[in-house]
Amino acid sequence: MLLVLEQALNGLQYGALLFLLAAGLTLVFGVMNVINLAHGSFYMVGAFAAAFTVANTGSFLLAALAAVVAGALYALLAEVLVIQHLYRRSHLDQVLATFGLTLFTNELVSLAFGRTPPFVDIPPLLRGSVEIVPGLSYPLMRLAFIAAGALVGLGLWMLINRTRLGMLVRAGADDPEMVDALGVDTRRLFAGVFALGGLLCGFAGVMAAPLLAVEIGMGERILITTFVVIVVGGVGSVKGAALGALLVGMSDAMGRALIPGAVAGLLPSHMADTVAGGLVSATTFLLMVLVLLVRPRGLVG
Amino acid sequence: MSESVAAAIPARADRRVWLALLALLGLGVLLLVPQLAAWLGKPFLVGVFTRFAIYALAAVSLDLAMGYGGIVSFGHAMFFAVGGYAVGIIASHVAEAAPLLGWAGSSSALVVWPIAVLASSVLGVFVGYLSLRTSGVQFIMITLAFGQLVFLILQSLEAYGGDDGLLIAHRAEWPGLGRPSDAAFYYICLGGLALWVGLLHRLVRSRFGLVLRALRQSERRVANLGYPARPYRLVAFTISAAGTGLAGAMWADYGRFVSPDMGSWTKSGEFMAMVILGGVGTLIGPVLGASVFLGLEQLLTGLTERWLIVFGPLLVLAVLFARRGLIGLLVR
Amino acid sequence: MMAALEAVGLCKNFGAVAATGDVSISVQPGECHALIGPNGAGKTTLITLLAGELRPDRGAIRLRGRDVTGWPTHLRARAGLGRSFQIAQLFPEFTAEDNAALAVQATQGHSFRFWRDASRDASLRSPAREALARAGLADRGATRVSDLSHGERRQLELALVLARRAEVLLLDEPMAGLGPEEGAAMTRRIASLKGGVGILLVEHDMDAVFALADRISVLVRGRIVASGAPDAIRRDPAVKLAYLGDAHVPA
Repeated sequence: MLLVLEQALNGLQYGALLFLLAAGLTLVFGVMNVINLAHGSFYMVGAFAAAFTVANTGSFLLAALAAVVAGALYALLAEVLVIQHLYRRSHLDQVLATFGLTLFTNELVSLAFGRTPPFVDIPPLLRGSVEIVPGLSYPLMRLAFIAAGALVGLGLWMLINRTRLGMLVRAGADDPEMVDALGVDTRRLFAGVFALGGLLCGFAGVMAAPLLAVEIGMGERILITTFVVIVVGGVGSVKGAALGALLVGMSDAMGRALIPGAVAGLLPSHMADTVAGGLVSATTFLLMVLVLLVRPRGLVG
Repeated sequence: MSESVAAAIPARADRRVWLALLALLGLGVLLLVPQLAAWLGKPFLVGVFTRFAIYALAAVSLDLAMGYGGIVSFGHAMFFAVGGYAVGIIASHVAEAAPLLGWAGSSSALVVWPIAVLASSVLGVFVGYLSLRTSGVQFIMITLAFGQLVFLILQSLEAYGGDDGLLIAHRAEWPGLGRPSDAAFYYICLGGLALWVGLLHRLVRSRFGLVLRALRQSERRVANLGYPARPYRLVAFTISAAGTGLAGAMWADYGRFVSPDMGSWTKSGEFMAMVILGGVGTLIGPVLGASVFLGLEQLLTGLTERWLIVFGPLLVLAVLFARRGLIGLLVR
Repeated sequence: MMAALEAVGLCKNFGAVAATGDVSISVQPGECHALIGPNGAGKTTLITLLAGELRPDRGAIRLRGRDVTGWPTHLRARAGLGRSFQIAQLFPEFTAEDNAALAVQATQGHSFRFWRDASRDASLRSPAREALARAGLADRGATRVSDLSHGERRQLELALVLARRAEVLLLDEPMAGLGPEEGAAMTRRIASLKGGVGILLVEHDMDAVFALADRISVLVRGRIVASGAPDAIRRDPAVKLAYLGDAHVPA
């Protein structure tokens, strides 16, 4: 029982990470109709910037700032140089161009920082564990991650539904030409949305740095799962991203917790490991296939 | 425009002649690679050209789906990997004399390679059936996800090397050739490529090909005429998967090594890049694209290990400014 | 006599807008039933419902007696329903003849044939050329659609319907954008079809309507307000009211 609770919390934490990444990605798609494969690179840039800052200053707070700024700036640069030319292009063109961008970014970052940067320690404030319920101690860092994810979700909700900027974002998603005709500078709006996505990625990067391996290619691995989140939740919807992230995070955690045990009981041990490993990886995708069969447009789409 | 410049621009007919001559030259070079390599004292060139033939086969197969069918599949490397692993798994069972699901295995290429093609075709039907229920962005994402799923499953196959990959002791045997030498194997791959391109050339001009190409231009009109879209797309997708699987089988025997990287999404991206660079929807374009990609890789890795730092921007520029690829630039 | 095409009580709402409200309409074999109405009356929505691209909220559609209400477009086409588009839907990269050949191909069973060259298949090309000729495009077969003029594209729309050998035709404004001569020629071509097929003709061009129609129905704001012989419709004061300022109803 306690194990299940612990895994549920892990699922929430993973879901929080996915949400930070998915929110930006789905916004970019919803508002600008651009599919951006380089999104994972912004996350990686943020993580590396954080690692570099921590190594040189020791301050996690500065690292967080660096990550967020690096993510936003790099995204902005990408938008101005590449992405803005893709708004009217086919999805195939967008996929290929952003793929090229990803390849470039991976090499650039490894050139600048080496293939594996220094390890990022958990900041002193967030070290240790907290006893959630009697018998279960959970790392404070992970709890902080969950809280951060929730806060960002709340912040985004308020931004999109309660501010003028958010209204423009929603309008732009519905009818970009009308927004343009009304005199709003869509160039700046799009660049802003894209930079926001980069910012969220940067934040995800610094929060994930103490918990996961910071390395070249970390973006791509999680990017595909992020796509699954968006497909499950519904493309273009931040609410869908939250729901999808929650579902994917939880199903992954539950899969990890329950499948090895279930499989070990059914199959001889040398097969069990292989099958269990494959099945655990497959959980997320099975979820996606299920959702697509029942609701092809996603849960909220 | 000065007169000398105007005179230097060849008339359209002359252009065609030049292209035909170039094509003939290229064909001649391809047919004589082992001899040329020996003459130049660089036997590794046979390997380079074998890789070209294999990649070209994969790219051409992808073009059938992408260029002719309008199906943007970003997980195609999964078929490459499955084809390769089929060969690798059978070879490992043969080497250890351990039956695979009751079957003793085979070292004959005429048995093993068709099995590889069958395996990737079955995967193609499965993935295609589920994915083609969606379209647009969702389709791209779902094919990406399936590709990743296959990759992760391959990584988790501890019995077959897992992340480290699987070595293959010997190439599959061919009647009359036994285990082919590097030169013989090159000709086998080249022959396979030529045969496949020939078959696809006929396919796109057949009744089936007409419907497929029509689907890409106006799905609405195709339905209006009485054709159901999905069966045709599924068949095209499966044929495309089969060809890519064959390329994977060739790859396995070429390097006698398979690894999960064969199914990574970057590999899928590379195949797509080859198709785009060469020219989507032209069949010959992807062949050119494969040669450009490998040529660049050879050239640039000589200069720096980080050749992708040049290739990445190159791909971006190609997408932004050379939409119809090399073919588009040559056949203006 | 069984109607070639029959719609009973069709309703379609888009949110609060009733695009189609309880429409019942039929086309007898061999007749030309014209559907007229002011802009925005819902004529194209009705055609789209009949063709199968939209599902009605309520109501039934019968094609030669068979209930096709739940059938997708391609099955209705296979059952003999042809439809031409108001805004031409053609294959821009193919030649006119290729377009027609694809229509012919659809009448010859399935197309899972992978080997023979379709461009040299006489069983496709001959009927294709015939359809093009009947639509007045005999010498334009080798031209790419993207190079055809607007009028020629309207003709190709007709040719596709002919090549498809449909038995019930839904013609959605075939005269749209045609000049007086082209319009008269199109009217003649459609007239030559009468008797063999049932036609539901949506049109604004009143000359064509009164030249071709055996029956006329008037659609206003999604509902049929009048239906009957051309002369009766011509004199109906309600129709004139509905059309006030919208189109010239010839006296």
